[in-house]
Amino acid sequence: MNREKSSLARSRFALLSNAYYIFQKDLQLEFRTRYAVNAIFMFAITTLTAVSFSIGPARLKSMVLAPLLWIVLFFSAMSGLAHIFVREEEQQTADTLRLVTRPSTVFLGKWFFNLVLLFSLELVIVPLYVVMMNFSVANVGAFLLLLFLGSIGLASVATVIAAIISQAGTRGALFAVLSFPISLPILISAIHGTRLTIDGALFSDCLSDLQVLFSFSVVIITISLMLFDFIWRK
Amino acid sequence: MGLNKDWWKYFLGVWMVLIILGAFLYAPPAKVLGDTARILFFHVPCAWIATLAFLISAIYSVKYLRKPDLEFDLKASTAAQIGFLFTVLATITGSIWAKKIWHSYWNWDPRETSIFILLLIYAAYFALRSAIEVQEQKARLSAVYSIIAFVTVPFFIFIIPRIYQSLHPDPLINPEGKIKMDARMLRVFLGSLGGFTILFYWIYRLKVEVARLKIIQLEKEE
Repeated sequence: MNREKSSLARSRFALLSNAYYIFQKDLQLEFRTRYAVNAIFMFAITTLTAVSFSIGPARLKSMVLAPLLWIVLFFSAMSGLAHIFVREEEQQTADTLRLVTRPSTVFLGKWFFNLVLLFSLELVIVPLYVVMMNFSVANVGAFLLLLFLGSIGLASVATVIAAIISQAGTRGALFAVLSFPISLPILISAIHGTRLTIDGALFSDCLSDLQVLFSFSVVIITISLMLFDFIWRK
Repeated sequence: MGLNKDWWKYFLGVWMVLIILGAFLYAPPAKVLGDTARILFFHVPCAWIATLAFLISAIYSVKYLRKPDLEFDLKASTAAQIGFLFTVLATITGSIWAKKIWHSYWNWDPRETSIFILLLIYAAYFALRSAIEVQEQKARLSAVYSIIAFVTVPFFIFIIPRIYQSLHPDPLINPEGKIKMDARMLRVFLGSLGGFTILFYWIYRLKVEVARLKIIQLEKEE
């Protein structure tokens, strides 16, 4: 009885700890090649330079500033987030992974990796945006929460779509075609909310955007975990 | 029986003619929106059929994942095609109405935004299908995508238009749960819903049959 309980607890814990191992493995691999990091950061900084250069010293309104920030973040993130699954197929390590662990652990580990990648991108890009674009937010707390929930949403969509296209054979433009439409609700709410926070709206005004972001992420993560077995299994 | 087994097709033809006549002659104009409201007898059934078709596509996708039978995949993709067609129709009819009442075909009202994103999401479904060569792989991955796409549908139909201020008239399933419609309008409207549903069934059956024959022909050629 007692042993049963503890084994159950262990198996639950195992899901998370195994997912963490997958995450660590991907982190080490990423440090070795820096493929995704390079792609994302180069994309982001180049875009930001182009935007900032063309705008010059003009002071922009929140109506332009909010979408530009999210466009820079979104497109640079999407340039690198698919790599996590495509790499496994290209280097033919996916089958080993299939043997070693359960599908849901793989998904959680990869999802977490993409999330960390996205956070590190924001850690660099948002301060740069503040410096280069005269960007200032009146309601910082709500802005950070929007950024946090928006990243979770984007990472979830990107991870599950990356899994699908890594199995599809032809990868070129397919990732963009599939993931962009599903990310649109996230982008729309995030941009709407960010605009409000720049103009100094109260937390309660941004609540509806935060609700959309939160519920959309929860739905996507749940459905991905349920369906990932079918994507991953050969 | 003297009745042809296709009697319901003739019945549907007569029925739809009656609905069109009823929409323009029998139903009274709406209180605020006037005669422009008559488009609802066609616009709302289109939206309803689109939702129904996407639901059927998702159900057959789940069935395919449970039991990999290409028949299910065929039905799922057929339903998605019809759903896409009716979403386009709902968008066009909505846009015509918007021109009349808001004086602009398109102004990114939350409803317009939602339906446009929905179109993009299902367009991506067909892009995914055309990108994969292997039959089983195509069926499996597009089934997964179809389910993911369908769980986002409630966001577009119910959540986003509620959260962001929309000028769109209250849909039938409104927060108060009441149908605010004149009795004569309601009769025509329900008749139209029924007619469109039978029409959908007919198109769906034909398309599934055509898809089946195509597969048989391909097998013969090989």
